[in-house]
Amino acid sequence: MSRRKAIIQYFSQGWMMIALFVILLLPLIIGIALTCKSGPIFRLCGLDELLFSSIWKPTGGQFGFLPFILSSLYVTILSFIFSAPVCILAAIYLTQFASKRLISFMLPVIDILAGIPSVVYGMWGILIVVPFVGESLAPFFNVNSSGYTILSGGIVLAVMCIPYVLNMLIESFKTVPNGLVEATLSLGATKWESIKHSVLRKCSTGIISAFGLGLAKAFGETLAVMMVVGNVVQISGNPLEAGYPLPALIANNYGEMLSIPMYDSALMLASLILLVIVMLINLFFRYLIYKTQKR
Amino acid sequence: MKQDNAIEIHNLNVCVDDQRILKNINLQIPSHKITVLLGPSGCGKTTLLRSLNRLTDLYKELKVTGQIFIDGEDILKPRNDIYEIRQKMGLLSQKPYPLPLSIYKNVTYGIKLKGVKDKKLLDYNVEKRLQEVGLWDEVKDRLHSSPDTLSIGQQQRLCLARGLAVKPRLILADEPTSALDPHSSKTIEDLFKKLKDQYTIVVVTHILRQAKRLADHAVFMHFGEVIEQGSPDEMFSNPQSPELKKYLIDGN
Repeated sequence: MSRRKAIIQYFSQGWMMIALFVILLLPLIIGIALTCKSGPIFRLCGLDELLFSSIWKPTGGQFGFLPFILSSLYVTILSFIFSAPVCILAAIYLTQFASKRLISFMLPVIDILAGIPSVVYGMWGILIVVPFVGESLAPFFNVNSSGYTILSGGIVLAVMCIPYVLNMLIESFKTVPNGLVEATLSLGATKWESIKHSVLRKCSTGIISAFGLGLAKAFGETLAVMMVVGNVVQISGNPLEAGYPLPALIANNYGEMLSIPMYDSALMLASLILLVIVMLINLFFRYLIYKTQKR
Repeated sequence: MKQDNAIEIHNLNVCVDDQRILKNINLQIPSHKITVLLGPSGCGKTTLLRSLNRLTDLYKELKVTGQIFIDGEDILKPRNDIYEIRQKMGLLSQKPYPLPLSIYKNVTYGIKLKGVKDKKLLDYNVEKRLQEVGLWDEVKDRLHSSPDTLSIGQQQRLCLARGLAVKPRLILADEPTSALDPHSSKTIEDLFKKLKDQYTIVVVTHILRQAKRLADHAVFMHFGEVIEQGSPDEMFSNPQSPELKKYLIDGN
């Protein structure tokens, strides 16, 4: 009997190890496959030229990824600027001020928002955000714009990220014990001082990781952004111009343009760049968390 | 109003929906003495303590009626400056909740809220308050590190020092030793006995022995009502009500 138990014990532990191993192996396999597949393009030109050239002429054998990388960063940063204050303020309100009834109403709403397929957000972007940017916002700044712009991408992306980040912030704020808030209040703090000094400070790592994960998710988001961002290869500082983020490049062209030599390999490199940047964002936020925890 | 009462409570009622947590509390709390609120869990002691510095405001479902006079002023009147009222009393809760700041900044937190910025005054306060709670020698070399490195007993004393720093007249303690080991508990109890010369202290506890050790004035509560109150010697040796008799038997 005890031997049987020992065997079961041995195998059940083994399965857990295998499951863990698969998870650990996945990013490695993906990374290796992308590197191998994007190998041929390096015979054409060096990595620095691929990353920092802005000339994209696949038929002429020129692959410069800079416009795509910059577009992606621009859209992501815009979405962060739009969503971060909304998320923080909403999370504070929901955890510190809202009545129980409002909370029990809002939590499912946030979950539903997080679960809406991105194509729906894209359609909403086309129907609402694009006309708003093209017909109201652009004329206000005396710019001619179709509405399919970096700004539209940023807005749609921000709306998509809000429920995701908000959920994480709420979870984090909930962990602050009531006693801590009461302690600051009993020392004569106002409600806002109490939130600033107890809740926000106690949750600083939670806030950083929520924003980090949100940024990484936003950077890789493809479909909804692709639908509203215009998909024009150019570098422009003006958010009312069109852009062409990396994920859109891959999704738009893979399988269609592969008759062009090296295009296949170029798209693989684009995926690799995407993977690396998302990893860098994660690493950077890990580092920030480590720093705040040490302080 | 008599001068020797720090707090006078008249007809205090606290309700949630239809349920009354505190029923017609009338109570005088003598100054410069330790008043112990004793009673079984759920009898409303903590709610009574929270009403005293209006932490009940945090819970919108609580309806508080009645009058609580501190310094001749009814603190339950809505227009009163609640921050000033709260700075008249230091709160010590069941578990220590040090702020996520350094030890030094924990002590200065309340003073800084008052607007004190003078470094010398802050330094002086930190040393004086930490000495008052007997923590100075233990932490003077690591004032700027996080209080997480302190033991729970030390953290509780830090929280007391933090409360004393705003120069309160009252100390409200809600089962302050329930998370502490016997040695740290004794330290806190000894501190209270020492501090009562300068402060009026209200301690909530369900531990009978602690009540006997600490109390100058004891108040026994049961299901939201004050059943008996008086000097502890008299009350515990000659209980009048069946509730207190039972509690004394169960508690010993």
